[in-house]
Amino acid sequence: MRFRAKIVDLACLNHFSRVVNTVARLAKTCTLRLAEDKLYFILSDKVANGGVSVWCELCQGNFFDEFQMEGVAAEHNEIYLELVPENLSRALKTAQNAKTVKIKLTNKHCPCLTVAVELPSLSSTSRIVTHDIPVGVIPRRLWSDFREPSVPDFDVSIYLPVLKTMKSVVERMKNLSNYIVIEANLSGEMNLKIETDLVSVTTHFKDLGNPPWVSDDESPSSAQGKDLESMAEARIDIKKLLQLLAGQQVNPTKALCNIVSRRIVHFILLHEDVSLQYFIPALA
Amino acid sequence: RLLAEAVVHFPATLVEVTLGAGAGGKIGLRNYVEEEQGEPGGGGARGTARNGTPARPPRPPAEPARTVVTELWLAEDEFQEVAVAPGSCITFCLKEFRGLLTFAEASNLPLTIYYDVPGRPAVFTLDDPLLEVHLVLATLADPESGSRSPTANGASVSPAPPDDFADDLESYMMAVETSAYEGGSGAPPSPTFPLRTPGPAHSEPEEEQEEEEAVPGTPPHKKFRSLFFGSVLTPGEPRLAPTQEVLAEDSDGEY
Repeated sequence: MRFRAKIVDLACLNHFSRVVNTVARLAKTCTLRLAEDKLYFILSDKVANGGVSVWCELCQGNFFDEFQMEGVAAEHNEIYLELVPENLSRALKTAQNAKTVKIKLTNKHCPCLTVAVELPSLSSTSRIVTHDIPVGVIPRRLWSDFREPSVPDFDVSIYLPVLKTMKSVVERMKNLSNYIVIEANLSGEMNLKIETDLVSVTTHFKDLGNPPWVSDDESPSSAQGKDLESMAEARIDIKKLLQLLAGQQVNPTKALCNIVSRRIVHFILLHEDVSLQYFIPALA
Repeated sequence: RLLAEAVVHFPATLVEVTLGAGAGGKIGLRNYVEEEQGEPGGGGARGTARNGTPARPPRPPAEPARTVVTELWLAEDEFQEVAVAPGSCITFCLKEFRGLLTFAEASNLPLTIYYDVPGRPAVFTLDDPLLEVHLVLATLADPESGSRSPTANGASVSPAPPDDFADDLESYMMAVETSAYEGGSGAPPSPTFPLRTPGPAHSEPEEEQEEEEAVPGTPPHKKFRSLFFGSVLTPGEPRLAPTQEVLAEDSDGEY
């Protein structure tokens, strides 16, 4: 099992750091899956996480100049590692103006992801800072726990409003209540509601647009049978929503959410080379 | 300034850093992870201050695997002057050092580090025609060596210590703590090995009181500034050994 990768371009490095930062805000511990052409940050839905799950997919070619990976076996050419994304995020934070950043899987006192940052310095030899981030290797028999979650059979799919706006609204709401209700319909309308004993606050968003989904088994005409005005709603933990919104430093190319009434809300954020899916279960 | 840039790489919560002279003319900085105590830093202090149990909560056996180890190597020619014995290294508290660096950077003064063997204090000086600054920091004693000199503030993660040099660390800190509480008498209450067990129990309540009085969230090593003025505890010797050099006198002589 071997892994070596190198980032040389500063823009790629910044982009990668941002992705890692976002993941770090969503999960304390997560799984990093290394495949031949992609990297995945996965958090599977467990009670400990509050039932949220994260699936973040990156195309390695867009970030790394060099990427060599040898998985556990020839037929299973992948590596699954358990790591604390905050550690990786911190290691990359000091690499803002690095010449190169190399990431390798090493075995010091335990398996580690070693991040070696080469920094420009005044002397002839550049300064190298290494961070050994301890990771856990996940055995193959557990790999099935980390499968890509399927898109749920949603009632409504809608594009999200400008994330910054949404974030500031949700931030204010967080001070009033622990739970927020997201509701949306197929006419491009979304409401964010909170309700307490003293007050209820609703923010309305209009003209958001609904993404067209092509379903395999149903014909497009069946969608017209749905009531365009009826709202699908889900009551979720406001902190989880805020974690997602606060972690976004760059506006995604596409941001949408799928709501399964009273069951789950599925957020999809797409950038050019990164896709992030975040599932928040609905509470009673 | 060079060192200020270097310490940026280490996490803000890091307690101790090891400075070493490596092979090939390189100077290295590495974060120091205590073998016995796992996560260095504030975690242990919170445990002792909040719950009022007399015994320290036992820490899980060493999890050195869980901390990120950061290492940074600087070339000799990045320093203005280097005169080190290869292979020598010392471990000292990063927090105080960072403070000095901030000051040095602001005043644009060159910083010189003088150090000896591990366990002997290290002196950091800034020189200026108008001003001379000496910062004396204790360094962590090498457990293999026979010396029992004062050690750095490992008590920030003070659990029930097992029976090796960490023990001395414990009792030393206990002694300094108590003496500080009692007004800096300098003579530790239980200096000898056999008395050490009742010693910690005795000073525990005092220590806890002190901790509770501290502002929540204050890092515990703020109290241990008394380290600079403390006396050297050598087990088996009830008094301050006359041969020990006191680098900085205890300034509060009055009680």
